[in-house]
Amino acid sequence: MDLLTTARSPWGESIFTHISWSLFWASLVGGLLFLLAHGGYMLFSQHRKRPSEEVDRMERERAGLPAHITRHGFVARAFHWVMAFSMLTLLLTAFLPIIGVRFAWVQWHWMAGLLLTASVLFHIFHATFVLDFWSIWVGPKDIPEFKAEMLREMGKEDVPGPRSGKYPLGNRLYHLAVMVAGLVVIATGILMMWRVRTGVVERNPYMLSDPTWGLTYVGHGLMGVGFVGLVIAHIYFALRPEKLWITKAMIFGTISRRNYLEYHDPDRWVTESSRKPSSPVA
Amino acid sequence: MPAFELFQPASVNDALGVLNRHGADAWVMAGGMDTFDWLKDRIKKPKVVVDLAMVNELRGIKDAGGGLEIGATTTLTTIANDPMVKERFPLLATAALIVASPQIRNQGTLGGNVSQDARCWYYRAGWPCYRAGGNICYADTPTSINREHAIFNADRCVAVNPSDTAPALVALDAQFVIKNGDSERVVPAEEFFIGPGIDITKLTSLQPGDLLTAIRIPATWAGKGHYFEKVRDRQVWDFALVNIAAAMNVSGSTINDARMVVNGVAATPFRLNAVEAFIKGKARDKATADQAADMAVQGAVPLQHNAYKIPLMKALVKRAIRGDAEWTS
Repeated sequence: MDLLTTARSPWGESIFTHISWSLFWASLVGGLLFLLAHGGYMLFSQHRKRPSEEVDRMERERAGLPAHITRHGFVARAFHWVMAFSMLTLLLTAFLPIIGVRFAWVQWHWMAGLLLTASVLFHIFHATFVLDFWSIWVGPKDIPEFKAEMLREMGKEDVPGPRSGKYPLGNRLYHLAVMVAGLVVIATGILMMWRVRTGVVERNPYMLSDPTWGLTYVGHGLMGVGFVGLVIAHIYFALRPEKLWITKAMIFGTISRRNYLEYHDPDRWVTESSRKPSSPVA
Repeated sequence: MPAFELFQPASVNDALGVLNRHGADAWVMAGGMDTFDWLKDRIKKPKVVVDLAMVNELRGIKDAGGGLEIGATTTLTTIANDPMVKERFPLLATAALIVASPQIRNQGTLGGNVSQDARCWYYRAGWPCYRAGGNICYADTPTSINREHAIFNADRCVAVNPSDTAPALVALDAQFVIKNGDSERVVPAEEFFIGPGIDITKLTSLQPGDLLTAIRIPATWAGKGHYFEKVRDRQVWDFALVNIAAAMNVSGSTINDARMVVNGVAATPFRLNAVEAFIKGKARDKATADQAADMAVQGAVPLQHNAYKIPLMKALVKRAIRGDAEWTS
């Protein structure tokens, strides 16, 4: 089975044309298998939250914390949901025809792609100049947290080492994957706008050479099918009971003081609202 | 020709059995007028060819309550000469009569004529275009030779439907009977043809395992006013640059109802819905025809070399509404 399709160009070159749609099914099945495997694992895994006695103690120690702490501002939430809408539209318009639902999908697809592009550009600006840019990144500094999280995951009690800041490590790794895949689909998708009639740019199918166009289509396809698995994983985690507090924060913007202390390291994530005084907790 | 396994079933059931067994590997051949081009040029290399020539039940023209049921492998010559077709649906008889050449009409079938593939030479030459599964339309570039291509509804691919009988059948509100295994579905002519937005690799809604067995034409437009005209480069034998099929119900000089379809301008027979609505209840005269012609070409987007299709299409719409000539070729 060929994972990439090739053709012979009019000039005799062997060029890539697309990815094999079997990769779509691979990503879909892979995403669903991950969901089953993780769900099964979670049934038997160790409880890895902070012990409630420790959270009680922390609440007493940090009595000045407000009852609700802002995790996502309105602008960040708006971006998330616009991006989610455009991403789901992109996936549905790209892959429904493959599973046999026939409709004129191209126009909806590139329009959703433009919406995604605009929202991501805004997000880059907002994250760079308004939010804490580095809070989402992953790097060597996270190795201690990774080790500690792994030990806790394996059931070790009282593991020393940092808890997560604003974003858990898994969150940041996911963001990294989405960022890479997203930037590739956006860059290749924008180039592909020159291949179709959109009215946005003047069509010029000879802007790139055939081999380069082939790589563009392959890159777009690979990252596109990758998003199928990524989105399945994202929706799965958003709906898991122990993660619902994060999902609610993406809707309402805030988390409770207890969630803040239970899941985060208050020294690594010092929010504006956590600095505001509040009535002491009994 | 490339090697393939040849099946010559003697019944529809046998043909369906073979098609079902081989699915997408099977190629259905009726008259062979489209098939042999592909095979001899070694562009399409099916593993299995199912020749329908021995299936007698797919041939013939039957009365169907004032309408007609035409077997899919009935030849174009038979249709053009059939008294029932000529009397009830001269539109179809005329369309069949001016397909290609007498030799081709003797061999070519109605089912084959409506199911034939696009005639874009970039595609037929085996270039890896969208229609061939690639990622480019070689006919839609500033330097392409695209004189014969689409002015409407292009979606990446700009190939047009080349059939003469297809617009006639859409104008007559025909229904296509398609069998697959034990199931049968009846598809309106308008839905039988699909554009590149829906599936860029096909011109029809036929799927692997499908067999077009018959075309039913209801009595609705039997004996009404019919008009067919085809404009082509070579009068003796050519595909249409643009053709028009119209069925009209006219009382005195008033148009009560009409269906008008143009082919050679889009990937599917292009029905002029706005024109049909506009001329309903209007006088069949020059003023109506002129306004309708302007309306017909609204939204046309010509390519580098086919802007001539716009005035040509306008002229055909005017002539069809005025009823200038029975047909020209």
